[in-house]
Amino acid sequence: MSGQLVVAQGLPWPPRVADFYPPHVAGPWVTKFGIMVWLAVALLIIFFMLAYRNPKLVPGKAQWAAESVYGLVRDNIAREQMGNAGIRFAPYFTVLFSFILLTNLFAIVPGLQISPNSHIAFPIVLAAISYAMYNYIGVRKHGLGGYLKKSLILPGVPWPMHFLLIPIEFLQNFVVRPVTLALRLFANLFAGHLLLLVFTIGGFVMLSSDSIFVQATSVFSFAMAIVMTFFEALVAVLQAYVFVTLSANYIGTSLADDH
Amino acid sequence: MYLAAEGHNPILPIWQEMVIGSISFILLVIVLLKFVMPRMEAMYQARVDAIEGGLKRAEAAQAEANQLLEQYRAQLAEVRTEAAKIRDDARSDAEGIRQDILAKAREESDRIIAAGKEQLAAERATIVRELRTEVGTLAVDLASKIVGESLADEARRKGTVDRFLSGLESAGAR
Repeated sequence: MSGQLVVAQGLPWPPRVADFYPPHVAGPWVTKFGIMVWLAVALLIIFFMLAYRNPKLVPGKAQWAAESVYGLVRDNIAREQMGNAGIRFAPYFTVLFSFILLTNLFAIVPGLQISPNSHIAFPIVLAAISYAMYNYIGVRKHGLGGYLKKSLILPGVPWPMHFLLIPIEFLQNFVVRPVTLALRLFANLFAGHLLLLVFTIGGFVMLSSDSIFVQATSVFSFAMAIVMTFFEALVAVLQAYVFVTLSANYIGTSLADDH
Repeated sequence: MYLAAEGHNPILPIWQEMVIGSISFILLVIVLLKFVMPRMEAMYQARVDAIEGGLKRAEAAQAEANQLLEQYRAQLAEVRTEAAKIRDDARSDAEGIRQDILAKAREESDRIIAAGKEQLAAERATIVRELRTEVGTLAVDLASKIVGESLADEARRKGTVDRFLSGLESAGAR
């Protein structure tokens, strides 16, 4: 049945992991995902350069948009998570936020239809940078011993508890944090794409069914695809926000004096 | 099994993509951090300064306006008391003038009354004198008629009449 449908529609059903790996455009270095990432980088550079080509105190539309992103990251993420010390990290967080947001939104851009972040390679790179940053900043601020002590040893705990707590804290701070950072972003975008595939391709599969009843029901599938597209837009913003907020929180913890 | 057959495990990264991701993202970070973000923070600060400066200026202007308002109010109150004083003065002046005029009128009327009384007294005296003569003549005529004879002796007659009249007057005065 499903084999016949694939033949009839040219659509793969059910959605598979292979759908996330389109054929290379030209070898492993020039793929749809690589091109999309370069496109995101180019778009962001062009947008920010144009918006800030001639900044004014009373901003125009583009400048206002760029500053809104910066203001959101600066005041609602960096300063919220790290206090006033966070403001000097705001520029990097703004770039990070814009990059994740734009690549996430590719998931619902017609023609692209998939986010680079649904390949775990890209979230891993971003999470690794955050990981390196918060460890480097912690070591620079407290010294290697001081940073390890601060990260691993909870104050005010009876000493035998440390046999239990130190491994947990180690796992928490040096393994779970970066892994969840990367996985959360990847999994959200992966699942989002899968959902859109299910409802969109599912709609076409139902439409090409022999039963008139199943064909009529496909309307609901398409409606769900539209709802899910809006939902994906929300997820795109939310996941970018969460990624940057957690990075800021981790760096803020490294900077903080007490545990 | 299934995943192996696909050739891709979505949890395992493609290393070429990690290289592409690193290079492109780091390029993005370098370009934006070098050319855009410092100006953005500077603009942010400039705007904060502008807004705070504007607020301060507005506060100063507000304070000045309040001070002026107070001043005007004080002046207005001063003017009001002044006006009230002037009104009171005018009222008391008018009262004084009225009193003056009244006093003068009273004096005048007193004077007129006094003059009238004097004139009346003089007229009365004249009339009394005239009457006295006339009454004397009439009384003599009447007496002559009653007695039936003329009292020729004028000197006696005059003495009698005068005595009679004096008697009358002293009886009236009593």
